[in-house]
Order: sequence, then structure tokens, then C-alpha cells
Amino acid sequence: MRRSDWLQPAVLTGTLAPFAILAVRAATGGLGVNPVETALHRLGLLALVLLVASLLCTPLKLVTGAKWPLKLRKTLGLAAFFSALAHLLVYVALDQGFAWRTLAKDVSSRPFIAVGLAAVVVMTPLALTSTKRALQRLGPKRWQALHRLAYLAGVLAVVHYVMRVKADVREPVIYAVILGASFAVRLLLGKKARGPSSPA
Amino acid sequence: MVAQRLPPEPKGAEITAPALYARRREFLARAGAFIGTSAGLGAGLTWLSERGGVSSGPPGTPPAPPPAPFGQASPWSPLTPSPFSVPRGEATAFDAVTTYNNFYELGLSKSAPARNAGSLRTAPWTVRIEGEVHAPQTVDVDDLTRWFPLEERVYRMRCVEAWSMVIPWVGFPLSSLLARVKPTSHARFVQFTTLLDPEQLPGQTSAVLDWPYVEGLRLDEAMHPLTLLAVGLYGTPLLGQNGAPIRLVVPWKYGFKSCKSIVSIALTRERPKTTWAAAGPSEYGFYANVNPAVDHPRWSQGSERRIGKLERIDTLAFNGYADAVAHLYGGMDLTQNF
Repeated sequence: MRRSDWLQPAVLTGTLAPFAILAVRAATGGLGVNPVETALHRLGLLALVLLVASLLCTPLKLVTGAKWPLKLRKTLGLAAFFSALAHLLVYVALDQGFAWRTLAKDVSSRPFIAVGLAAVVVMTPLALTSTKRALQRLGPKRWQALHRLAYLAGVLAVVHYVMRVKADVREPVIYAVILGASFAVRLLLGKKARGPSSPA
Repeated sequence: MVAQRLPPEPKGAEITAPALYARRREFLARAGAFIGTSAGLGAGLTWLSERGGVSSGPPGTPPAPPPAPFGQASPWSPLTPSPFSVPRGEATAFDAVTTYNNFYELGLSKSAPARNAGSLRTAPWTVRIEGEVHAPQTVDVDDLTRWFPLEERVYRMRCVEAWSMVIPWVGFPLSSLLARVKPTSHARFVQFTTLLDPEQLPGQTSAVLDWPYVEGLRLDEAMHPLTLLAVGLYGTPLLGQNGAPIRLVVPWKYGFKSCKSIVSIALTRERPKTTWAAAGPSEYGFYANVNPAVDHPRWSQGSERRIGKLERIDTLAFNGYADAVAHLYGGMDLTQNF
């Protein structure tokens, strides 16, 4: 048993906790007087936080030199995808009640919803190819190229959040700044670390 | 007396191996790290995902007074019922009306105003009646409620965010007040201003909107019998989160038109520069009539979620008051004048 074997299960447990808490609150009337809206917002915010966290793993490794952040990337990324999917399902099923015509109009005429949907669409192939087998089948180069889409998903998610708020953009701006900083670290340190030879 | 039986001796396989026993400290450290990491991460994620939303069971919420049955146990009883009311049975629960509020001066989330309302001192409270009137004056709210008979008006309230409530307001028609102070022939609009005091309304320390909050109506809209100055709901005085001690209620317009905690009512020649219309001119108009045919740029206004009900309901033109108010907008393009 290696020394850090507890880490991944701990992170998995920790990421599942907010879902469990949300489920308990939904069942016990703890989501206030507009539970659909509350659940929608919490799942969306959870997806954003997890996505940003998954995107912070590589910069953290670049800055600290520690390898353990990379082990968490997949868990966090998958958790982000599942909360984004739950967020989308709450919107489609509970908020709009499967009113497909309204939904189609929402996507086509409201950029904020189209951008959010695009983020989920972009994350889907990443979730589907998150297994070791998919990595082997695609080959590390193509796999890595595909998974760079995670940056795009991060940007789309932050843009979706910025466009949603009515007046107070402070909170979304915090996420934008964190995401921007993580990209800057990758650009500055990533090249140096990668060197002239093929990526690790 | 029952003979005492000794527990059976543990089988050999159950005895902890000496090597493992020696690693118990390591095991405990890992268990601690596991529990600490998962609990910390879980708590952190939950905290982050709940920011800006509705917190469950807002701490420090003052106990809300029980809603008075109609016409009873009210400081103003008996209240006159109104033909403009929708059936009182449709009213949204008192707890919902008093804990789910948009009042940015008391916080940006829906639950914050109820939590922070304690800082608002609603008595004594005076309202300046000013501008183009023959009898400008500063009047105490208590006097206002004595001047005019108070009515209960059960109105639909439609927020621009596509949720709605039904609220049994207590108040008097704005037209009664305007008739008393006599607008001059130059008066064309009425401007309402919320109290500006960051100590009482701490949200005013953040620059999300231009403070103080200003709203306005055309004079004919202000004189319409549906337009109400409310001082209470459910038979009890307004709570801070609902715009105490006196607020506007214009039931055929989106909720943001109904200015809260009013300190000034000014008759003007020019159209007032209203807060949301200034903050987002492409999204919030001066008229802001409830109109299912004109969508908000970011969401549909065709339907709404009635608080307390799960499924969405269709939004009605002028929030269901078209028969009473549509004539005010004859010949106007409501797509342009949204």
C-alpha cells in the first residue's frame, strides 16, 4: 500500500458529499421556497467549482513539482461533468417540465443558455474517454489533444455564469481570475517542463 | 443465578498480526487524513455551491409574526375588502412572502433581506411629497395610514425573473394621496425614491446598482385605481425585507417597479431615470409591463413559476390585469416600450 492511496478515495467521498447534502435538503424541504431554482443554481455552481478545481491540478503540479494533483484530475473532472449533467437535467425536467419548444427557443435565442449547453457538450467526450482503455485506444497524443477541450469547457462555464447574473458579477469574476491564473501558469511553466521531447 | 460464561477465545486468524499492529499509527494517520480531506473537501464544495443562493434555515431570521386571518388581529382591523382582489385562497404562504425577496439594499440573495432586515429602522419614518405639487409636505407614515381607509388587496406579483406570488397587501390607492397633495398642471410623472442610508441598508455599500433606488410611473399609471401604496401584508405591518414601512405596488408591472422603503414621492415634468432601466437599458425598460410576448433577452417571459407550486404556469398579459390597464397603452408599440 503506497503512502497516498487514501487520497483518491478521500477526494471521491468529498466530491460526493455536496450531492448527498443537496439530496437530503431537497427531500426535507431545506431548499427554501423555490427549490427548483435553488437546486439548479447549486448544481451549476458545483459543476463550475469542480471543473475549475480539475483544471487547477496541472498548474499545481507545475508549481509544486508534486505528482499527486494529477491523480485527482480525473475524479474532479468526472464529478464536474456529472454535476453539469444534473444541472442540465434539472433545467430541462424540473424547471421547464420538458417543454421542448420553449427549450429549443431558449437554446437558439439565448446565448447564455447556448453557452451553458455547449460546455456540457464539450465535456461529454472527455467523460466518455476518461478510462485507461480509451487512453490506450486513442494513444496519449490524441487523447491529450482531445482533453485540452477541458480548457474550453472551463471558459464556457465561466462565460455562462457571467452572463447569467443580473447585476453582481463579482462572484463569476473570481472564477474567471482563477481560471486565467491557471492558464498563465501553464503557459509560463508548461513549456519549460515539457522541454523539446515528447510530453510525459 | 446464571453462571457467568466467558467469551470464547479468539481464533488464531482473528488475532492482529504483529507487523500490522505495529503499523497502527500509520493506519490511524491515514484514516485521519482520509476523513479530514473528504470532510474538508465536502464542506468546502458545499459552501462554495451554496454561495449567493438560498441558504437553508437562514440564521438570525427574526421570528415572523403569524399571519392574521382576514380582518382579525390586525392593527388596522377592520380592513376594507377590494373588488380588485384575486381570491385570498390563492395567496402565497406568509413564510415564502417574507423569506424570498429581492431587495438588494439588504443583500443580493433571496434569503439575505430577511436575515438583514433588522438594521432597517422603520419608525419614525417620514415621506417627502415634493416636486410639481401644490401642497408639498413631509408626512409621517402613521398619518398617511390615518388619512386614508386601508384596504386589503390580494394581488398577483410577477418578478422579471419569471417567478411570481400572490400577496394580500394592506394599503391605500396612491391616487388618494396624489389627489390630496394636488399635482400641478406641469406634473407628468411620479418618481419614487428608496431610503439612502448604508448603515440601515448595508447593501448600498456595494456598487451593484446606483443608489438610491429610484422608480417612476407616468401620472396616469400612478393615478390608476390598482396602483397601491402598501404598508402591510397578511394583515400585519410590512417587514423590512418587504419594503417597510411603505412601498409601492403596481400589480401589472414587473416587481422591480414597486419601489420599497419609500422616503420621497416627487411629481416631475421629465421621465425619471429609473434604477434598473439605467443599469441595463436593453433588459429593463421604464414601463416594465408584464408581457408574455416580449421576452427578457436572457430568458422567456411566457411562463412563470408560482412560488409554492412546482410546475410552471402561463404568464398573463399585464399580469392578468389587461382589462383594467391595457387602455393606458393604446397605440403604443409595447415591443419598443417594454
